[in-house]
Amino acid sequence: MAGRLDNANPVVYEQSKERLVLPEEEDDDCVDKIDGREVFDLIRNINDPEHPLTLEELNVVELDKVNVDDDDNKVSIEFTPTIPHCSMATLIGLSIRVKLLRSLPPRFKVDVSITPGTHNSEAAVNKQLADKERVAAALENSHLLEVVNQCLATSKLHSG
Amino acid sequence: MAKLVCKQTLTGHQDIVWCVAWNPTGTLLASCSGDKTIRIWGQEGDQWVCKSILTDGHSRTIRSVAWSPCGNYLASASFDATTGIWSRKEGEFECIATLEGHENEVKAVSWASGGSLLATCSLTEDEDYECASVISSHTQDVKHVTWHPEREILASCSYDDTIKLFKEETDDWTCFATLESHQSTVWKICFDQSGSRLASCSDDKTVKIWQEYLPGNQEGVATIGNDSTWKCVCTLSGYHDRVVYDVDWCHLSGLLVTASGDDAIRVFKESECSNKNQPSFSLMCNIHKAHSRDVNSVTWNPKISGLLASCSDDGEIKIWNYSDT
Repeated sequence: MAGRLDNANPVVYEQSKERLVLPEEEDDDCVDKIDGREVFDLIRNINDPEHPLTLEELNVVELDKVNVDDDDNKVSIEFTPTIPHCSMATLIGLSIRVKLLRSLPPRFKVDVSITPGTHNSEAAVNKQLADKERVAAALENSHLLEVVNQCLATSKLHSG
Repeated sequence: MAKLVCKQTLTGHQDIVWCVAWNPTGTLLASCSGDKTIRIWGQEGDQWVCKSILTDGHSRTIRSVAWSPCGNYLASASFDATTGIWSRKEGEFECIATLEGHENEVKAVSWASGGSLLATCSLTEDEDYECASVISSHTQDVKHVTWHPEREILASCSYDDTIKLFKEETDDWTCFATLESHQSTVWKICFDQSGSRLASCSDDKTVKIWQEYLPGNQEGVATIGNDSTWKCVCTLSGYHDRVVYDVDWCHLSGLLVTASGDDAIRVFKESECSNKNQPSFSLMCNIHKAHSRDVNSVTWNPKISGLLASCSDDGEIKIWNYSDT
């Protein structure tokens, strides 16, 4: 089974520390905008489809590749497959998209794409992920939805 | 001064509303949704109200609906890979047929002007049901199909960035023109009233206008055999911030309206000094927050000039009135 993995021995990176909660954030009178770190926290613990590791541990998602403009209702995320021919790239992108669809306020426009130059089928995967009709149809496919839900399951070996 | 005013918001759908369609007399509006239902809306006094809810026809998202030219039938295209045909008798709708044949999601459905031909489209295929002709011309999923207003010409647009035109030849349908210019998925196409022009909208954030040139045309545009050449004569770019999902050409006023993923509805008018070989359109109206989420479909009422319906990911349908006096 291990021999069939696209990348059998991925490099594992350190996880980021817990986000510090500032006093202003606990003050209900302060406007607390959604920022990059909050969005990163939503996606960093998504499970990799192939390894018992999170997207953060594989450096597939990184804090500085999450851009959030709360005033303009925009979130854009670039993710980096571990290898340029990773066959799971579309599934990873779909998982990120679904996680944000379920978590963020609906006013946000979310763009999920591959970090430029890091995948052989970058344009094809990006086009697929941007097509809302294909995404909607995929989420009505019970098999695919189950795979996505496994990626999004929170029962992780690692907590936090 | 051009104005687009929201007259009413229709709520009821429990999920994304994908498509709205007026019946040929403009008295009924059909809408379909991710909640697997179709709603029929009609006017009572000056209010639009829900007249019927059609359930049990489909097991997955209903992507689009289209009325037959006589107005007695409604066709629905669903991600469950079927097309439903609904018959309207004394105000009641009944599902009289379920057309199978696609292996994947059905994305759109369209009736020919004669009413006896129905075209549906799906992932990497394109089928004409009555003739049992399967057209597999595009290399990727077909997003929309529409018939020419008079002639039996079928137009389709696709994820492969092209638009194709089909005609019946001996006993099958063949592609006689492939229109290439868009840089990404073409979501929707529509003919103008005369059928000599086509508007298309795309994921590349533009709208394009295509002009038909008949064989022997004065302009000297080359044609092949008896087929016309369709040429892109205008590109509306810089107006839309995100993908353009729908464009509709009003057959009464000649106005174009667009629905976009940037939540806006925009109305364009052709300039009076416009020339058919190089037309120019100006933006008359830009309603920024027309809906709170993506606008999926927008359509002009076929009988009442300026009356518009739109629908959105936010589950709402809105009725608008456009005026420019």
